[in-house]
Amino acid sequence: MRATLLFTAAAVIAGSGAAHAQDYAHQFYPPEEMEQSFEELRHETGGQRQFFFQTDRFEYQVRDDEETLLWDINAWYGGRLNRLWIKSEAEYSFDHGAFEEARVEALWSRAISPYFDVQGGLAHDFEDGNGRTHAVAALQGLAPYWFEVDVSAYLSDRGELTGSAEAEYELLLTQRLILQPRAELAWSAEDIPSLETGAGFTSLQAGLRLRYEIVRQFAPYVGVEWTRQLGETADYARAAGVDPESTAIVAGVRVWF
Amino acid sequence: MLPAWAQPGPAANLAGLQPLSGTEFDLTIGRSQLAIDGRTGPAITVNGQVPAPLLRWREGDDITLRVHNTLDTDTSIHWHGILLPNEMDGVPGVTFPGIRPGQTFTYRFPVTQAGTYWYHSHSGLQEQMGHYGPIVIEPRGTDPVGYDREYVIVLSDYTFEGPHHVFQRLMASSDTYNFQQRTVPEFFRDASQNGFMTALRDRLMWGQMRMSPTDISDVTAATLDFLMNGHGPGDNWTGLFEPGERVRLRFINASAMTFFNVRIPGLPMTVVQADGLDVQPVETDEFQIGVAETYDVVVQPREDRAYTLMCETIDRSGYVRATLAPRMGMVAPVPALRPRPTLTMRDMGMDHGSMAGMDHGAMPAADPHAAMGHGRQPDPDPHAAMDHGSMSGMDHSAHGAPASPASAANDHGAHGGGETMTRHDHPQGPGVANVAMQPVSRLHEPGAGLEDVPHRALAYTQLRSLAPNPDQRAPAREIEVHLTSNMERYMWSFDGTRFSEVVEPIEFTEGERLRLTMVNDTMMVHPIHLHGMFFEVVNGETSHKPRKHTINVKPGEKLSVDVTPEHVGDWAFHCHLLYHMHAGMFQVVSVRPGEAPPALSGHHMHHGDH
Repeated sequence: MRATLLFTAAAVIAGSGAAHAQDYAHQFYPPEEMEQSFEELRHETGGQRQFFFQTDRFEYQVRDDEETLLWDINAWYGGRLNRLWIKSEAEYSFDHGAFEEARVEALWSRAISPYFDVQGGLAHDFEDGNGRTHAVAALQGLAPYWFEVDVSAYLSDRGELTGSAEAEYELLLTQRLILQPRAELAWSAEDIPSLETGAGFTSLQAGLRLRYEIVRQFAPYVGVEWTRQLGETADYARAAGVDPESTAIVAGVRVWF
Repeated sequence: MLPAWAQPGPAANLAGLQPLSGTEFDLTIGRSQLAIDGRTGPAITVNGQVPAPLLRWREGDDITLRVHNTLDTDTSIHWHGILLPNEMDGVPGVTFPGIRPGQTFTYRFPVTQAGTYWYHSHSGLQEQMGHYGPIVIEPRGTDPVGYDREYVIVLSDYTFEGPHHVFQRLMASSDTYNFQQRTVPEFFRDASQNGFMTALRDRLMWGQMRMSPTDISDVTAATLDFLMNGHGPGDNWTGLFEPGERVRLRFINASAMTFFNVRIPGLPMTVVQADGLDVQPVETDEFQIGVAETYDVVVQPREDRAYTLMCETIDRSGYVRATLAPRMGMVAPVPALRPRPTLTMRDMGMDHGSMAGMDHGAMPAADPHAAMGHGRQPDPDPHAAMDHGSMSGMDHSAHGAPASPASAANDHGAHGGGETMTRHDHPQGPGVANVAMQPVSRLHEPGAGLEDVPHRALAYTQLRSLAPNPDQRAPAREIEVHLTSNMERYMWSFDGTRFSEVVEPIEFTEGERLRLTMVNDTMMVHPIHLHGMFFEVVNGETSHKPRKHTINVKPGEKLSVDVTPEHVGDWAFHCHLLYHMHAGMFQVVSVRPGEAPPALSGHHMHHGDH
């Protein structure tokens, strides 16, 4: 009888908007143990966090006589809506024995719709004597018709505004043999002589990679990638005696866990 | 009448299996190894066995079960489908704190029902590792089902990969186990069969929605092995019979993630029980059994030959089979897996009339409610919907149900109608990729892939309770719950809110009569289970609705069940697909004591506004 009275009181309180109104078991088991197991249940029923790592591209590129190692790595930690993302993209030239570019980004990511996340954070370019730190804003997600897109804007500590947009698509030739077209367009708001970058669109890349998923998480691939520097950026290249257009044969491995 | 359950099979892990009966039970939860078709993996077991021991109870007994936890982690046992006091229900965080390592928990309750049920862990992902077993309760009076011999058939699935790894992979990439996706060659095949533009339009339509018509199952044979009484298809569990005997098969789907299509080529099955409760016998050739459902069937093999008991997964990625034979060592041909079914616009809860050519066409075109014009009710007030004078005398079983008397006005099974635009008064953020704008009743459909089989396949509209329903009042109020998801992010929820974010339970009142309407906004069928009470499926029957503890809600479906909550307390309400529950498709129904029922005003109460 007392339990019923207590319970009714609890129900009335609950009705007026108290915390969770679920306490029937408290009359049979220690309330603090019930609260603890309730929190555990909530956590493991949609509240889990996890770690994800992926080399979207990790490949050896041969272009003309130049050999390059490239990585394009994504990793995140978090729950369903909020995540910490780490993205890194770098190119190491075996000819020069040095990184041509190396960027690491740390972004807070928030799901804003079923298919898109907005991301904000910092990026750093590791480059001898020419390193930069950027503030980053990005929109990443899955566009209609299954295009994976990532659009990022960067504002450097020297006040330069640049941006990039990339899109990927997957064509299943079989359940394991997958052809992946990929395109990336880069842009700069201004002329940045120290980076040999001109104002406007700076480069366009288009790649085609054919991977075989031995298991879903491990897929070696081969492909081609065509790169064209654009506008004034191409002029910088020509002035330096470099062809603004090149095609590379690539071989690599796509891994995630 | 020795149950063959106890007979040793060819594999080592059946050797210890034995039924336990009486009123006192000791169950020890521990770790051991499970052997499937010669391969061994880790398991969580009860008394060292997978499945756990068959518990034989008697209706009317008071029973005591001491559960000893020898694991290094918490465990629990939930008695699935058993009506008992709330504090004995065994759901950690809801009805008790769980059983700590080294602890013994004693369950005591009276057995007030008879039939085929089961029990399983409600802690973490232990169910996927073998922590489940069957319960058979003998009726106090005469069993209305006559049979000479019986077998319990526990269907289940197991992954050598480990359930936590499976869940992590799903969260990272939800189609990781789907190896039946549509490919480029399939596009050209479709284009040559149906025309290039038709094939292209179809691809564009699915692509535009970022949905895949091959999302039948998210966990498949790519990682799962399928078991019957703990045996793989290669082990070939065998049940013996004498030709002419009536053999009762008690099917329990104890899988974590797998729906099965069950058939015995050459042998019709008479369904006599669903979810533990007797139904009027109905003969069929195949039935789809959702996770956590049970069906008892009687077969009468007259020939001196072997029969294959074929259980194919709903996505046709795998199967498990067993053999019924007059003597050990006999086998019958194992039918090939049939082509995988694909989803249609109907599964999206969208207007199917305009998608001619996309549809399976298995539906009778005319929806009786729409045809009569009241499917267009803009106001979902249940009283408005239940008081149609014009509806009395109408045949609500027009969807192909067995002949039944015209339903009372409050029993129209298809009140979702084909034309009603459904309201979605729940959060629709990143966790809700789709809402069913025009959900329909699909109770007359046998389930994905069985629409056009060349033989009989069971549908919910064919089920009639053997006993009259105990509470025949009309429901005084209606609660609508939406099943929601975003497959791409592997988010599953009720009303757009994962349990980790839920702020208050759904409230029922003891002794009230209410209608629970569920709308499936997702692309998958969900076996929805409510602890502590039975659903009376509003399938066109009046006084003999089938009563179930678990009901499959198909994609794009709107269905109703009537409920009379009799036991005060907090009861788990969830999708019984383990990883969907784990991802958030879980809620608590709080049954409040009977005074001052909140429903008397009769207002339609939409849950999920929080």
